[in-house]
Amino acid sequence: MSTNQLFYTLQIADNALILGHRISEWCGHGPILEQDIAITNTSLDHLGQARSLYQHAADLFNALSSAEKTNCFASAALQAKISKGENLTEDDLAYLRDGWDFRNVLLVEQPNKDWAYTIARSFFYDAYNFCFYTELQKSKDSALAAIAEKSLKEVTYHLRWSSEWVIRLGDGTDESHARIQEAINSYWAFTGELFEMSVVDKAAGEVDVNALKPVWLQRVTTVLDEATITVPKDAWMHSGGKDGRHTEHLGYILAEMQFMQRAYPNMEW
Amino acid sequence: MTVHSFQEHFDKKIDDEVMIEPRDWMPDDYRKTLIRQISQHAHSEIVGMLPEGNWITRAPSLRRKAVLLAKVQDEGGHGLYLYSAAETLGISRDEMLDQLHTGKAKYSSIFNYPSLTWADMGAIGWLVDGAAIMNQVPLCRTSYGPYARAMVRVCKEESFHQRQGFEIMLTLSNGTEVQKKMAQDALNRWWWPSIMMFGPPDADSPHTAQSMRWRIKRFTNDELRQKFIDVTVEQAKLIGLTVPDPDLKWNDATGHYDYGAINWDEFWNVVKGNGPCNKERLEARKKAWEDGAWVRDAALAYSKKRKARKENNKTLAA
Repeated sequence: MSTNQLFYTLQIADNALILGHRISEWCGHGPILEQDIAITNTSLDHLGQARSLYQHAADLFNALSSAEKTNCFASAALQAKISKGENLTEDDLAYLRDGWDFRNVLLVEQPNKDWAYTIARSFFYDAYNFCFYTELQKSKDSALAAIAEKSLKEVTYHLRWSSEWVIRLGDGTDESHARIQEAINSYWAFTGELFEMSVVDKAAGEVDVNALKPVWLQRVTTVLDEATITVPKDAWMHSGGKDGRHTEHLGYILAEMQFMQRAYPNMEW
Repeated sequence: MTVHSFQEHFDKKIDDEVMIEPRDWMPDDYRKTLIRQISQHAHSEIVGMLPEGNWITRAPSLRRKAVLLAKVQDEGGHGLYLYSAAETLGISRDEMLDQLHTGKAKYSSIFNYPSLTWADMGAIGWLVDGAAIMNQVPLCRTSYGPYARAMVRVCKEESFHQRQGFEIMLTLSNGTEVQKKMAQDALNRWWWPSIMMFGPPDADSPHTAQSMRWRIKRFTNDELRQKFIDVTVEQAKLIGLTVPDPDLKWNDATGHYDYGAINWDEFWNVVKGNGPCNKERLEARKKAWEDGAWVRDAALAYSKKRKARKENNKTLAA
């Protein structure tokens, strides 16, 4: 057993948790009640996927040798648990790691801003996630394959929902067209990282994300065309999230999300 | 039929416990009372998403986060059923929302209190949803059909909410000293507002008599309040928490708990807009609505375009 499979699982789990967290910020504040309910449902799906993945990651972690365990995570709270020989849980992994041990792509931590930015972010990610989970179903790790198979049903719906919104906004009013075009242009720079093979991707030998790009681009282009939105030209792409180098946004997400576990450590809730 | 005989027919249905349906004749005041009550109820669900939504991003575990999200989402669903029930009485959702945003329509005052700690998620589920269930279970048999049917669905989910709230409190009271303190603090702050949720005492409740006659209401405010107190005091004992009422005492003669004087000045002040969060809650709702205007416009414009294109294609095909 090595740490590769653990980090690989965390990379997927962190994407699900952070995007689910961002989307959950809409709950109670949506533009119309039906969509408030729909977007909260999506958030619940991401959170459910994150939980399955963190539970699997915890199992992988707990099976490591004690030397390997010590080198996995930097936070003092986790180091204290590890040095006491405690097993880690899904909550330890979500609530006690610091930002540099989070491996999510930068796209998912970007702020909601407005409905257009939220939709653009989800659309790019859903289209990727659909391609990704389709391939992950073939994983040699049977737990990951099972999670992928179950999640793919949800992701298929997410992609339909966000695609429909891109089209609706793009082909709606002048204002909505301008807003969604701006959001697509702005978050485009975060899509390159989705297809970069990180050190962990290479070592895990699971999905070749680089190979997903043409399929992704074709899907995205089809929807953007129907939405009368111009596909952004290839330009500078941000990256670093998969290696733990994040934007400033992640720190604030974690400060909020982890507050209870930090202020009241080692308690059952 | 004359208006007089319409009225007789309506009264007979009420007396025979036959449900009134949207197309049936009904007295204007019955319709108005229902619109007021159902829309107020729908608004309460939507505004009620805010104090709990406040803790979604800070929930202490992934499981609690998921349950809370699902719960707040349910409240949105309840709002949806209730707005639809009210629409059958000839008012649109936009009109109702406008009444909420302008302050013409009320919502349950309990949501004007702040949710300050995680334990408030427990207290709200246990007490606020618990009180809501006491109010709502009889509404499953209310005389207006669409309202009664909406309430059957609402009540099923509310009892799950109440249990999850109680379970949060139970976990806290089995926890560390600071967790117990957090649970007690939440009970201290939510107890009195919760028992005020049943509304003013019967003597000061202007709508009760007529609503009872129309079988919109089945029990008076004070009857429901007493029932809630009797049940909840026992639950508090079970988890080792103290109800913050020094005058609370079991009364053998009545078979009920006697309770201390309720601060109705506070109640009326919160109703009038002076509660700790009245402004924030209404502003949050207005902001969501105003910020969403361009999104709703876009959806409408797109659906019109799509329809026009379909028509066009049909004409071309023909």
